[in-house]
Amino acid sequence: MATTTTMPAAAETATAAKPTTFAAALNTAMSDAMEREASVCVFGEDVGTLGGVFRITDGLTQRFGKGRCFDTPLAESGIAGMAMGMAMNGMRPVIEMQFDAFAYPALEQIFSHVAKTANRSRGRVRLPMVIRIPYGGGVGGVEHHCDSSEAYYAHTPGLKIYTPATVTDAYLMLREAIDSPDPVVFFEPKKLYWTKESVDLSALRTQYESAAENSSAPAAGVGAEGGAVVVREGTDVSFISYGPSVSTALKAAAAAAEDGISAEVLDLRSIVPFDDAALAATVAKTGRAIVIAEAQGFVSVASEIVARIQERSFHSLSSPVKRVTGFDIPYPSPKLEEHHLPSVDRILDALDELQWED
Amino acid sequence: MTSDTAPGATEQGSHIRDTSSSFGITPEQYMLPAAQQIRMLAPDGRLIPEEEQGTSPGHEYPIPEDDALLAAYEALVVGRRVNDQNYALVRQGRLAVYPSSHGQEACQVGAALALGDADWMFPTYRDTVATISRGVDPLEVMVSFRGDWHCGYDPLQYKISAMSTPLTTQLLHAVGVAHAAKLRGEDTVVLAMCGDGATSEGDFHEALNFAAVFEVPVVFFVQNNGYAISVPLSHQTAAPSLAHKAIGYGMAGEQVDGNDMVAVLATLRRAVDLARKNSMPLLLEAITYRMQAHTNADDDSRYRESDEVEQWKQRDPLQRMRTFLTDRGVLDENAETRISGKAEEVAAALRLAMTTEPAMDPLEIFDHVYSAPTAQLREQRAQLADELARNQEG
Repeated sequence: MATTTTMPAAAETATAAKPTTFAAALNTAMSDAMEREASVCVFGEDVGTLGGVFRITDGLTQRFGKGRCFDTPLAESGIAGMAMGMAMNGMRPVIEMQFDAFAYPALEQIFSHVAKTANRSRGRVRLPMVIRIPYGGGVGGVEHHCDSSEAYYAHTPGLKIYTPATVTDAYLMLREAIDSPDPVVFFEPKKLYWTKESVDLSALRTQYESAAENSSAPAAGVGAEGGAVVVREGTDVSFISYGPSVSTALKAAAAAAEDGISAEVLDLRSIVPFDDAALAATVAKTGRAIVIAEAQGFVSVASEIVARIQERSFHSLSSPVKRVTGFDIPYPSPKLEEHHLPSVDRILDALDELQWED
Repeated sequence: MTSDTAPGATEQGSHIRDTSSSFGITPEQYMLPAAQQIRMLAPDGRLIPEEEQGTSPGHEYPIPEDDALLAAYEALVVGRRVNDQNYALVRQGRLAVYPSSHGQEACQVGAALALGDADWMFPTYRDTVATISRGVDPLEVMVSFRGDWHCGYDPLQYKISAMSTPLTTQLLHAVGVAHAAKLRGEDTVVLAMCGDGATSEGDFHEALNFAAVFEVPVVFFVQNNGYAISVPLSHQTAAPSLAHKAIGYGMAGEQVDGNDMVAVLATLRRAVDLARKNSMPLLLEAITYRMQAHTNADDDSRYRESDEVEQWKQRDPLQRMRTFLTDRGVLDENAETRISGKAEEVAAALRLAMTTEPAMDPLEIFDHVYSAPTAQLREQRAQLADELARNQEG
């Protein structure tokens, strides 16, 4: 479980805090890492002159030069494969897949090589690289722009899967991903890109770099154990969530409170490594759980979470564990997506079904 | 630190223009392969007159010095012995599988001898002899074919990536290694190897295109042995040759007789030199032949005539080189005895090692997945440890 130093609240007390977007936090995380370490380089489609279709890499080429942040030919397998070769040879590439569903041409590279090279070589070749993927819906995107593809990657041993849900975590977790000796698939909820929190990024930089230098513990709290954090305390039920669904879970918890139900919200932050200890702790505390995720539910990360609760926390449970996920359909068109995505109402309906009379 | 090294630091295509004009030919004449494949030794091993070797301005290949040729011959003999020894070990059940390069040894040896120590090689599963020729202990290579672990040697120590089983995926890693070196100002050349069937894969296209766009020194070396398991080249491409594909990417392509050790070494050496000097990729297609089946699980009589195999025996790279070097006075009986003695030593070491069961720790399967094992892997490791302990007690 993550330490309190990485809690989002830490930054809000800093004196120089100001409204900061999720996008700016990611951008600053990359430029800070590039400033600190010459081997960090950023590339992908449109990330150079344009600064990325979401402007996440804005200004990096201008600041660090075309050798450190550059556009590639339009070929995702090429981007991932070249990044792997660069990581083999002393670099720390941070690559951008333009959209979730456009990353699929890179899957062979990621599954067959990026994920397996350390194991294949008996740990002799480590690949410190980050694959950034904007993911999820809720932004009115058309087909191929809204997939929640995390389960494909999470099913592949050798990859770490991070997904921040706050501006603070966007900064800290991307810094830790770049510093990780293992390949990290970094899922950025695109609906959060322009959300703001009052954050002092320079204080976060100091906090991160000081933790990275002075402590053997992972500086953003993920490391090998996973970094789940309780983002709202509660006693009656646990909402388990990650990435874009955390904000939905928090809204549902606020609504439940009006009905007199105290919901705890757990933000997983990393899907791999998976924080079993944090999951067991919250379920032991509340005895009830609802897993909330945008991805279609069948054979999903949500399925895995339910299975782990059943295996490890069965005797803590007062009712079956529920899931509120996307339906098992291809992602719907923009005008229909609201019916597909987990909503506060759907979470509250699930809450009603948790055998409260027992 | 800022860096403008790549890409776009130089005008697009300027390397090709400068190189071709230095030869007094057009960029097209430089990028298209010579009218006939480069060949220096006739099938019977005699040296072909220079004007009949297929060379032309911009496509000229000096014959390597005698020392290098003798070293190549030695590696050929050892390589052939390794191929045949491993083939036998598969039949005895000592190896799980062995994709033999019997017949393709000139390509294998050339790949290794054309590179410098700081250069990198990206081999496929059929390139065992290339890795051995570059200095990897044969026993380390055989770790994978014996079924002990996926890769037995240290890729960073030898600057040879793990032999790639998926087709052409490794060509992109080769481009990345070269790109990283270029960004640091190093003149590392990377040799990226694949077969004819692999040129149909999408990553072949992406790798050649990336290499040309980023102007990195990668030599793409295609061993065209005529078949992708059973499917002949005519089902892979309608191009005049695989070497012709180069011009579509803005790089030079050349075709060489892959069973001619002299021509293979000469063309590879020059490709490596040009790549290093001008920081640009090249494509070399070697025409060769796989004399044995794809693997022990394959039956090549289902897709090719024995007559065809017999015809290729007449162009055996080892016999050709032996005749040539003997005629040239470089190879005498003493050298032949020394070299065959060395090959027998390597084969004997392989036999001994492969008939000894290695001590293996099953728990190692959890140890390298991540730099530090996750809680889940620690649990699973403990589970297997417990199973092993109980099995031992039982």
